[in-house]
Amino acid sequence: MFLADVVGTVVTPIAVPFLAGRVQLLVRPLGPRGNADGRVRVALDLVGAGPGDRVLVMDEGNSGRQLCDVSDAPVKTVIVAIVDSLDLDGKVVYEHTRRPLLSPLPASAPAPLPAARERKS
Amino acid sequence: MHLGRVIGRLVATHKTPGLSGVPLQIIQPLDENGAPSGATLVATSAISSGPGDVITWIDGREAALTCPVAFVPIDAAILGFAEQIARLGETIARQES
Repeated sequence: MFLADVVGTVVTPIAVPFLAGRVQLLVRPLGPRGNADGRVRVALDLVGAGPGDRVLVMDEGNSGRQLCDVSDAPVKTVIVAIVDSLDLDGKVVYEHTRRPLLSPLPASAPAPLPAARERKS
Repeated sequence: MHLGRVIGRLVATHKTPGLSGVPLQIIQPLDENGAPSGATLVATSAISSGPGDVITWIDGREAALTCPVAFVPIDAAILGFAEQIARLGETIARQES
């Protein structure tokens, strides 16, 4: 299993029948300190994670098939947990409630919404 | 499972028996920006993909599970046609089907 940040969503309307109706997310594998480590993968979401969450990803076919309860499922990469906190060498290196933005928004993107309390109704 | 783009097709007449009728395509793995990342490889296709399509693919033993005969010697297979990929709300690939 490895740590990863959910960075996006993948929509595949034409796919093997097994994937119909299942949520696929784009995950960026991370080292323990939150450094990117390897190419992004597409993972099946079983826990209701979303972009911005740090998650635990299992990358093994037999376990994936057991989790989905489909004996011939072509699945390998599965999100199995959302990380609440992570501590390394006695220091908290990640906390879900204080997670930073994944990366700066691109210049072309619209400005982020103001926080709820600043929003005018 | 990974992202990729189909960049070519491969035809082989003499194949392992279980692979007859299974399309072979050359794919280029993609990174989160939709840019090429890593070496190209040959994969079977479980869908009607073709050159230019952004797809999701799977490697390892599970790839064989997408074939009509599940016990075939392949280690990469195209799973689906990625119509839209969004990264942090920004669309990095979109295809009109």
